Amino acid sequence: MARVLLFGPLRDLAGWREREVTAATIGELRRALGADDAALGEALQRPGVQVALDQAIVRGDAPLAPSAEVAFLPPMSGG
Amino acid sequence: MTVRLTSEPFDPGALLSDFCRGRAEVGAVASFTGIARAEAGATAILELEAYPGFTEVEIGKIAETARQRFGLADLLILHRVGRITPGEPIVFVATASGHRREAFEACDYLMDYLKSRAPFWKKEHGPRGERWIEPTARDQADVTRWE
Repeated sequence: MARVLLFGPLRDLAGWREREVTAATIGELRRALGADDAALGEALQRPGVQVALDQAIVRGDAPLAPSAEVAFLPPMSGG
Repeated sequence: MTVRLTSEPFDPGALLSDFCRGRAEVGAVASFTGIARAEAGATAILELEAYPGFTEVEIGKIAETARQRFGLADLLILHRVGRITPGEPIVFVATASGHRREAFEACDYLMDYLKSRAPFWKKEHGPRGERWIEPTARDQADVTRWE
């Protein structure tokens, strides 16, 4: 079970902030989220959306340990 | 080097006084204070979301890069999270270095990176509803000045 976190507009779009999802890879996780909510699945693919695996940015696919934390991070804006 | 998030209002003057204290060998301190804008009444509340743990680490990386690049003696970054009223300070950056140029430039650099590379998400609540604010084209262009 990966712990999935959504931030910013992604959280509003999905209507949830945190969820446990069974997936062996980030690709599988994306497909599971997209099967459940097509609009979210599409939004997660948008350019500018980064993925953090256990609080480190990853690009492309990666295997997920059972206790993995996966965060989807839309374009950032501080200051 | 200090990086801190806070959900409480802060006093930039007090932070600057503390930061300057006891720096007989430093020579130069520059600071920047960002203040939440009312946008002519469009923003009643600004809401800032962070990713606890990750946000501090990512800002720490930006701070360490700045420290090395500009040869800083010290720096301080304090950033608000949560709900912020227009007129309240949202971010405070102070840099200390041997001479003024490095202190000024490091402040500028840190703010450019905080605006578009630090893990924050900003939502404006106002009379016309709510809206997520993304970094502007200007913000994105500003950060490339340092590459």
